[in-house]
Amino acid sequence: MNLLFAAFAFIFDPANLLGERGILPRLVDHLLYTGLGLAVAFVIGIPLGLLIGHTGKGRNFVIAVTSSFRAIPTFGLLLFIILFTGLGLWPLVVVLAILAVPPLLAGAYSGLESVNRDTVDAARAIGMTEWQILFSVEIPLALPLILGGVRSATLQVIATATIAGYVGLTGLGRFLIEGLALHNYTIALAGAILVAALALAADGLLALVQKLVVPRGVSRGLTRSRSIRPKKPTGFRVMAMAPTKEG
Amino acid sequence: MQWLWDNLDLVVGLSLEHIQLSALPIVIGFIACIPLGWVAHRFRLTRAIQLTLFGILFTIPSLALFVTLPSVLGTKILNPINVVVALAIYAVAIMVRGAADAFDAVPGDVTRSATAVGFSAVSRFWTVEFPLAGPVLLANLRVVSVTTVSLLSVGALVGNGGLGYLFINGYQRDFPTEVMIGIVFTLVIAIVFDQILVGLGRILMPWSRTMASADRAARRAGGSA
Repeated sequence: MNLLFAAFAFIFDPANLLGERGILPRLVDHLLYTGLGLAVAFVIGIPLGLLIGHTGKGRNFVIAVTSSFRAIPTFGLLLFIILFTGLGLWPLVVVLAILAVPPLLAGAYSGLESVNRDTVDAARAIGMTEWQILFSVEIPLALPLILGGVRSATLQVIATATIAGYVGLTGLGRFLIEGLALHNYTIALAGAILVAALALAADGLLALVQKLVVPRGVSRGLTRSRSIRPKKPTGFRVMAMAPTKEG
Repeated sequence: MQWLWDNLDLVVGLSLEHIQLSALPIVIGFIACIPLGWVAHRFRLTRAIQLTLFGILFTIPSLALFVTLPSVLGTKILNPINVVVALAIYAVAIMVRGAADAFDAVPGDVTRSATAVGFSAVSRFWTVEFPLAGPVLLANLRVVSVTTVSLLSVGALVGNGGLGYLFINGYQRDFPTEVMIGIVFTLVIAIVFDQILVGLGRILMPWSRTMASADRAARRAGGSA
């Protein structure tokens, strides 16, 4: 318990806030890695998921990607890549992106899959083009699940960006790595608390965004309206949609 | 490859450690999810509390949890219990949600029929609800298994990562082969665990296979699945 007090004292000591090894610059770095990794993953995962969800082709591809990526130890993959590329920002960003693609893909795909086909057919029947169907029918109705994927991807990237501290970069994980290396468990614990707090704050924020952005008719209608079919959990759906944990 | 033969003892030893440290949380997750998942399925209020609580715990990054647990449990930082407890927390978090969904998905008609023909609440649970929830529980357990095996390697940073040791050692020695072998062996363990679970599912739930193939046949015949 004394260690816990010491860790909080470290966090709230203004001397540790700024400066090269301060909390604030490391927080900024952590957010930078997270943002870059997510941005790259977003550009790949979301359009692909929407494509598969809209056409209905390639659902086996989704489950193959999500379940096989879950098995790869990210930590090992990052170290392996760095041994070839050398230290730097981009290897980390690539690994973080690899990590974030499956949840984004699964979220976008299963979001569209959950939209009732009758609703899509009705939209087509009244003369909407495929793009209109995608952007004004399918995506709004699928938004809860798409954002669920974004939320899960963000959390994983924040958690895994902790390892950046081990490969010559900083981020909040640096406190953890330094603390462990120097057997200074106060600093390690302070780093752990900071990373956990960041993850929880980001999750809370995204939960709020999820509430605000989703059209009211959708969030309320999830149980009542027929635009979204309530899905029974099947083996396939569980394997594709279960939360992943990599870092 | 030569390196693998020269260090076979090390790799096998680490693999066994990896199997031990990851099997324990998977088993704990499965056992704990049965009562917890049932309570979450049965009572709406506790469901919200349980899912929120485990959601928060699941959000905590693994390395952060490995480092924080010693000061909560009063253990030493290098004690393997920290890693096992952390992974068990994540396993339970995934399984409770999955088990609640699985019990929800058991058709109400079936449970009511069971009550009507005279099953007691306890025997109805074990002979009707639990087996019918089985396939979804198994799917969740497979997710837990693969996640735990992969995540354990991060534990190498606190001295208990099984094959994760090869990642750190290979990285420090600038020797990619060692890291690669660590990754490959981790994948092999994940696949073996998964196949064991699938096999157990086939033996314990022979009906789920016939149901799945009936489902596929119906879909092929043009029915909507």
